[in-house]
Amino acid sequence: MSLRKGKEILKQVSFAAASGELVLILGPSGSGKSSLLRCLNRLETIAEGSIFLNGQDTLNIKTVELRRRIGMVFQKSALLPLTVKQNIAVGPNLHKISFADEECESLVQKVGLSLDYLDRPIETLSVGEQQRVALAQALANRPEVLMLDEPTSALDPTAVLTIERLIQSIHRDLKTAILWVTHDVAQAVRLDAKTLILIDGEILANGNIRELMADNQNQTLQQFFRGTLDKNQTTTQQGEANGK
Amino acid sequence: MENESLLLSYGLVIAAILISYYNHLKIEKEMVSSSIRATVQLIVVGFLLDAILNIEQPVYLLLILFFMSVVAGIISGNRGKGIPHSHVIAISGITVGSLMTFALLYGAGVIQPEARYVIPLGGMIIGNSMKASSLALDRLIAELGLQRPRIETLLALGATARQAALGAIGQSVRAAMIPTIDTMKTVGLVHLPGIMTGYIIAGGSPLTAVKFQLAVIYMLAGATGITCLLVTLMAYRQCFTRDLRLMERFRPAH
Repeated sequence: MSLRKGKEILKQVSFAAASGELVLILGPSGSGKSSLLRCLNRLETIAEGSIFLNGQDTLNIKTVELRRRIGMVFQKSALLPLTVKQNIAVGPNLHKISFADEECESLVQKVGLSLDYLDRPIETLSVGEQQRVALAQALANRPEVLMLDEPTSALDPTAVLTIERLIQSIHRDLKTAILWVTHDVAQAVRLDAKTLILIDGEILANGNIRELMADNQNQTLQQFFRGTLDKNQTTTQQGEANGK
Repeated sequence: MENESLLLSYGLVIAAILISYYNHLKIEKEMVSSSIRATVQLIVVGFLLDAILNIEQPVYLLLILFFMSVVAGIISGNRGKGIPHSHVIAISGITVGSLMTFALLYGAGVIQPEARYVIPLGGMIIGNSMKASSLALDRLIAELGLQRPRIETLLALGATARQAALGAIGQSVRAAMIPTIDTMKTVGLVHLPGIMTGYIIAGGSPLTAVKFQLAVIYMLAGATGITCLLVTLMAYRQCFTRDLRLMERFRPAH
């Protein structure tokens, strides 16, 4: 698929994610990572190409239904000024899907919050806690694919590691396919999953992050790793030190 | 009033323009053009009013009201710059809101289809509806930009345009209704309405004056409420694409 907004944002991007697979989309700022996710749930309209969900062309799926099936957590959560419980139930309420209290309780625990949080107003939560609620909110729609747009970029290093472990555990439990956008090479290494390297709107490489890092043939790829790795290593070491 | 007194009173407008200029409010041009427009329009209407008030055929009165609504809609639509078809929306909202109010007042026997009632009341209703429509459009644009992250979060959860924009719609209608609501709260305490005061000065019974004034206040509240609701509901939909995306132009102002 391609995306144009004045200039070409995505150029002939093509990839597949299997059901239940965790795929990382890694690239520097402005490389088109967020736009790629936004194309998948139609928050952007692609100029050409096709997107398939479980073999079905998404053009044949109504927008509201497509967005229920492909959940998204944004870089900065924009939750409603309601309680945690009411925020989590937003999706099912929009789609008039039954959503039992037990389901809400299970979700809040799954994202690592205690049941006491359910009746708390959202503005009393920290940024990291709000991001967990945003995650539970997206999961409440029972999506087939969960897209995470830099979900840890607004968090402190300790919270980053906690959210990473949390999402990995949710991925193992729910077997939902996850597309995780990050600019953080060190984070991609920690998550150790299939990775698409997106630079200037093009997929430069596709494979396991560690194998890609060991590939000395691709100079642009190595330049990208060298350009960001030092900075991110510092962040990770700092985070791990704070976590101890 | 002497011509010199009128010129001196324009000094206040000049003072407001100077305040705007020194505070970089950038409304000087609009104030100059608006005040000149008001002067020219009032001079023209002053000469025409005598003829207008002698019109007897209701159809001509309706045409005059429609003309007033179109002019008000064009002015109000300018406030919706960025919203597709904002002029059509403002004209429709003001026309329907005003006509519904007129129909109700006529049906209830409050007014007769005579120029001396219809024209001044029409001016009040359409004028107030225009203010409400302008405030609603202006606020809607601001709220859609301001609430963009929340709107996109709701859209990503599968909300329709209306569900996603509900917060912005509510804020816009509320903002547009503030002047009317505040007027209702303070009538008789802060300001004495012109119709009532004039009626009592002319020797009319205070009770009749109050009844007539209340009818006018209810009429204005109804017209502004209907207009801003119609305008906002028609306008928000234009701000989303057919595949439920909030248009790019609605971004928070920096």
